Amino acid sequence: MEFVPNIIGFACQWCTYAGADLAGNLRCKYPPTVKLIKVPCSGRVKPEYVMQALAQGADGVLVGGCHFGDCHYKDGNHKTKNRMDMLKSMLGDLGFDPRRFRREWISGAEGKKFAEVITDFTKELIELGPNPLKGGENNG
Amino acid sequence: MAKVGVYVCHCGSNIGGVVDVEDVCKHAETLSDVVVSRQNLFMCSDPGQEIIRQDINNGLVDKVVVAACTPRTHEPIFRKVLEGEGLNKYLFEMANIRDQDSWVHANDKAGATAKAKQIVASAVAKARNLQPLEDKYVDVTKAALVIGGGVAGIFAALDLANMGNKVYLVEKEPSIGGVMAQLDKTFPTNDCSACILTPVMVDAGTHPNIELLTYSEIDSVEGYIGNFDVKIRRKQAYVDWEKCTGCGACADACPAKTPDAFNAGLNNRGAAYIHFPQAVPKKAVIDMTHCINCGGRKIGSEPKISKKTGNPILAPCEKACPAGAINRSVAVDEGGRIMDVKVGAIVVATGYKVMEKENFKNLAPDSPNVLTALQLERLISATGPTGGQFLRPGDGKKPHTISFLSCVGSRDERHHTHCSRVCCMYMIKQAKLLKEKYPDLEIYMHFMDVRTPGKDFDEYYTGAIDMGINIIRGRVGGIDTLPEGNLRVMGYDSDLAANIEIDADLVVLATAIELQDDIKPFAQKLSLTLDGSGFFKELHPKLKPVDTPVEGIFLAGCCQGPKDIPDTVAQAKGAAASAAVPLSQGRVRINPTISEVNQEKCSGCGICEPLCPYAAISMIENVAGHPRARIEMTQCKGCGVCTTACPSTAIQLYGYTEDQIMAQICALTA
Repeated sequence: MEFVPNIIGFACQWCTYAGADLAGNLRCKYPPTVKLIKVPCSGRVKPEYVMQALAQGADGVLVGGCHFGDCHYKDGNHKTKNRMDMLKSMLGDLGFDPRRFRREWISGAEGKKFAEVITDFTKELIELGPNPLKGGENNG
Repeated sequence: MAKVGVYVCHCGSNIGGVVDVEDVCKHAETLSDVVVSRQNLFMCSDPGQEIIRQDINNGLVDKVVVAACTPRTHEPIFRKVLEGEGLNKYLFEMANIRDQDSWVHANDKAGATAKAKQIVASAVAKARNLQPLEDKYVDVTKAALVIGGGVAGIFAALDLANMGNKVYLVEKEPSIGGVMAQLDKTFPTNDCSACILTPVMVDAGTHPNIELLTYSEIDSVEGYIGNFDVKIRRKQAYVDWEKCTGCGACADACPAKTPDAFNAGLNNRGAAYIHFPQAVPKKAVIDMTHCINCGGRKIGSEPKISKKTGNPILAPCEKACPAGAINRSVAVDEGGRIMDVKVGAIVVATGYKVMEKENFKNLAPDSPNVLTALQLERLISATGPTGGQFLRPGDGKKPHTISFLSCVGSRDERHHTHCSRVCCMYMIKQAKLLKEKYPDLEIYMHFMDVRTPGKDFDEYYTGAIDMGINIIRGRVGGIDTLPEGNLRVMGYDSDLAANIEIDADLVVLATAIELQDDIKPFAQKLSLTLDGSGFFKELHPKLKPVDTPVEGIFLAGCCQGPKDIPDTVAQAKGAAASAAVPLSQGRVRINPTISEVNQEKCSGCGICEPLCPYAAISMIENVAGHPRARIEMTQCKGCGVCTTACPSTAIQLYGYTEDQIMAQICALTA
């Protein structure tokens, strides 16, 4: 059977979640791989959640926040950047290809960008194959 | 054990046409704690809501999941259903299977159905872990802030003030009036802009409930709906407004010269100036960045004494002022002074600007005979630099041929993709006014399309054709300068399917409407966001056109998108009505999805305290004298940054708890 990556996306309700809704309004097309978990701010996402998702077999994880200067809570996204960039640098040592994790800034006006990010991420995950814990090759 | 009911919406064919709703329902029934799953053509309709009501009423379900559109628009509707049946409204979760599924995966029905099942499973997993939450209320300050004193801000302020609210109307320029005060006449009735605007400006200036704060800017906005703390910077005018009578003697005496922004840079004004003759309030200011300090002394220093006369040597502005309002010997703070106000609601009506012609290198911007439409507006206005005489700026000659270019910077991927909406109509207006006054004038108008969607608008346009104004369909590629200041317009005529060249004495560019260059830092002060075209983003394009993501802050006028005067006034009145809701309710709800510290689990490390963007966390001592974090309910906005950082998991963000998010991760990886 064809491999369809399973992507879990943590989406800030003000930007990326709204951007995903806008992609719907604009009828942008992208593969049905991503499922969003709505959070008030990307600063609510613990790096542990990303690890938990990968450990439970998600093929890819996305954390979507606001562009710098656009945070609804002033600077939550700066904290996201620090936390997530640190996590990304550690993923390889933890046995996961860092490309399985993306931290993206997608605003509520960027419906098209949301669709493009998911399309691109899906393509990359298909190349990487399934999560190593779900029978994929350990390419970490 | 929870009793979860799952209700799947077809949304007509929006969802049902792509997702196999029957299959999603069946799958939902296999999920833990789901006691029933049902479907309806429109779950948000009354019959749809009734299904949920009955199940709650019959004791069948105690937690509700609706799989439909986005919670951003429909969550409040369904929460009300729960509330109506006596169930805590926070025991509700939405699965977004339309905007984020059926609408974007219409080409992959099996994939969309599989994704819908996962989204529903995630929502059910969260719903199983939901806890009832209690709304809290705080009192409201019965006052409003209106930012921007253009026609939108004036009407919003007047409506709010007439409803009995105290209103602070803040304007950065020395006078209210905005762009409308710069216009000569207004379409489609050709009535004089000043004649209809100035009486309203006076109303706003004299209203007992309106405090006019012109020559002022917003320094900071803190707080939340019902209780915003606003710092307003009253810019330093260097003129005592208590004494100034607006006579203009200082402006006449001032030898400095700087382009007059009110006349779109067509002439110069002094550093001491009055904004425009009909200004409200009519007060002078001295613009220190352009003051040449002709008196030769610093502000705050005593004048030299003339050896001849024994009198102090005063600067011309000081000397000219008959009211003694200008005293350069007084040391004043050049930053102005900060004024603190407390308001319950805010209307943002900060207006717009038009693009400068310098942005269009191919359209001979250096020629003085190429004007923006706003410059032409000033040129033909009775209060303009020529007193309304139509003379071209290059040489003061009367033009014989004039070309209008539409969509300059609008509908153009190199600049703005949006349509500026008012240009077609105001160009036709300007052409008609000129043709009426000077019937010999040859007028050519280059349009991409003519857009006249408004009451009496198209009749206005056909009237222009009847007058003998030449309408050309097609774009202009460039303008060449010819000897004697003339211009050659090179374009395309799509009706002739040929390139054309027209020599003109004067060219008018209808440049795009955009927001001011410094709008981003301003938006950040209010936590507002901009849309793809760079205008303020409303909460919902159709149903919440004046609301913003920040509760208690509303939008009016062109800052939300290009619009004409009737639409601006209508929106301003809408924004005023919306802003009046919390003010008249007297109290507002505090969202309970905020963070709380479990004092038993808190180790007192203090990591959370500096992270909070609202300084809502303080360290207090518990009974044993150990430090413990505490979150002030009214200050917390529920971002969860502290929750994420707490190493003891002592901080809980209600609505987005650890259990709930972990359950969703499990459901999505099952």
